[in-house]
Amino acid sequence: MDKSPLLSIRDLEVRFRTEEGEVTPVRGVTLSVGAGETVALVGESGSGKSVTSLATMGLLPRPAGRVSGGQILFRKRSGETVDLATLPSSDLRKLRGSEIAMIFQEPMTSLNPVLTVGEQIAESVRLHMSLGHAAALKRAEEMLELVEIPNARRRVHEYPHQMSGGMRQRVMIALAMSCNPSLLIADEPTTALDVTIQAQILVLIERLQKELGMGVLFITHNLGVVAEIADRVTVMYAGQVVETGTVGAIFRTPRHPYTSALLNCLPARAQRGEDGRRVVQSIPGSIGPVGDGCAFAPRCSQAADVCRTGSIMLEAEMERSVRCVRWREAFA
Amino acid sequence: MSASPLLAVEGLTKHFGRAPHLVRAVEDVSFHIAPGEVLGLVGESGSGKSTIGRLVLRLIESTAGTIRFEGQDISKLPERQLKFLRRNAQMVFQDPYASLNPRLRVRDIIGEAIDAHRLASGAKRTERIGELLETVGLPASHMSRFPHEFSGGQRQRIGVARALAVEPKLIVADEPVSALDVSVQAQVINLMQDLRQRFGLAMLFISHDLDVVELMCDRIAVLYLGRVMEIGSSEEISQRPRHPYTRALLAASPKADPDAPKIRRMLTGDIPSPMAPPSGCVFRTRCPMATDECARSVPKLRSAGDGHKFACHYDTANDERPAAA
Repeated sequence: MDKSPLLSIRDLEVRFRTEEGEVTPVRGVTLSVGAGETVALVGESGSGKSVTSLATMGLLPRPAGRVSGGQILFRKRSGETVDLATLPSSDLRKLRGSEIAMIFQEPMTSLNPVLTVGEQIAESVRLHMSLGHAAALKRAEEMLELVEIPNARRRVHEYPHQMSGGMRQRVMIALAMSCNPSLLIADEPTTALDVTIQAQILVLIERLQKELGMGVLFITHNLGVVAEIADRVTVMYAGQVVETGTVGAIFRTPRHPYTSALLNCLPARAQRGEDGRRVVQSIPGSIGPVGDGCAFAPRCSQAADVCRTGSIMLEAEMERSVRCVRWREAFA
Repeated sequence: MSASPLLAVEGLTKHFGRAPHLVRAVEDVSFHIAPGEVLGLVGESGSGKSTIGRLVLRLIESTAGTIRFEGQDISKLPERQLKFLRRNAQMVFQDPYASLNPRLRVRDIIGEAIDAHRLASGAKRTERIGELLETVGLPASHMSRFPHEFSGGQRQRIGVARALAVEPKLIVADEPVSALDVSVQAQVINLMQDLRQRFGLAMLFISHDLDVVELMCDRIAVLYLGRVMEIGSSEEISQRPRHPYTRALLAASPKADPDAPKIRRMLTGDIPSPMAPPSGCVFRTRCPMATDECARSVPKLRSAGDGHKFACHYDTANDERPAAA
């Protein structure tokens, strides 16, 4: 087994041209996903997590958006490592859907409404696996069974609108799995679903990941989902990775003040105040414009002068990295 | 029940459309809210929770049932006699982007409510608007700004200030923090709790998030396909749930704790369409305990003590599968 990770993003920077000038929604993302591993990329609105996933898949809106720095290294099945950031789009298209698959938040907008779900899966299978029509449709049916859609034989002929949200997300997953990808990028795949349906989909993704040995990059804002599904966690704030660690380390001993504060914002972690009422901690303000120093400093209870100048580097050691100059003092 | 309730809903029912496309959105729902009390309505899509919020404020008309506000049945009153309800009961909406008129300044968004009830005018009006903004943690000087100049959390604060403008006794809050980021959600939760304390507000707090509801509410009603499955104190519902659906809902909510047991037992299948709800107990098609009896008759709410009620043919206190009926 090759020791290099399946996906390795290094110092990724993404820029967008807008009417008000150029913006840099991603300005320092370093993360890796190993084979058979689930890595959660977590952050709030404006953290750059979705732009990171779009860049990885080569789906940045063009010509406004572009990768302006860093590398996105992907190890192909052949053993060759390619940089997705500079790969010609025709090569990238071949990888997407065969070795790299994606699922999104809204299955209805990602599925073609005028094709049956079977035809859609078969189309992808024919494209990437060079199977004939009948064999491809058979494969589609097997895929629906794999994602536990009841009566797969009948439902392979249904259209997306005839299915519930949970069933559509299963179809999306079947479509993603149809060519045996080694990497699955899941961008908020359960956010639009009800909690009992979300539970089904999480268990399904976990099962498939184990059975097929895929690496999974799971983008979410939901810390409960992170704890449920991730082996490792990468936390983003204002376009940068602020902390990476195993799921246990991140939840038990967060090092970055943002990670720690975010966890304390969870209603389940509310503490009883002096008057006996349960009060949840909050972080003042909201993500603001990025200036010198640490982007979180304006909202950080631990911020000092040293946090407000220069650029703060990601300190890395073994399994853990943190972008804070004061993390040792902050949690002493 | 101690003091007479501020809001008492009895047999509330709402059907949309007509056969064969009749949607039974709310079916025979009863609950009450005491002055200063916060009742949470939780449920998934199609549970009828938002519809109930709208029915209670007479934003839509009920099909059957009574809604008493301070003892008076408001369910059939003509709109022109509803001014006292509008003065005493207000709504906070989910989407802070869609619920504020983008072409009005904050001053006029909040001022509209003051004008409608002729509560203040001239300098008094301006003073009052400033005071309301400060109450929700925004500087009074922001009153001349437009909604787009605020973040999502700040807009939700404006939505709350608008609701408070008439000094209501009841606020119906429909998923007020669901569209907000976790860090901002916590700010708004704390604000609503402070205001509740300060003004003795009662609330009907609608949410799909059990953690938020448990934190915010004194009591919780769990809904499924338009019916109340279980109702009781927040502690009872979260610590000692009796209905299989409540248990499933709690088990399916991911805990932000990697040491917590993973989701293993879960509900299979989808939520049925409210156009074709199952016979008998509406939950039976997904219930791990369902028997033939559950298809035959609708279980009535029965008491588990201390105002805790659940609608199941079987007593699930011991988590035992019932003997076949």
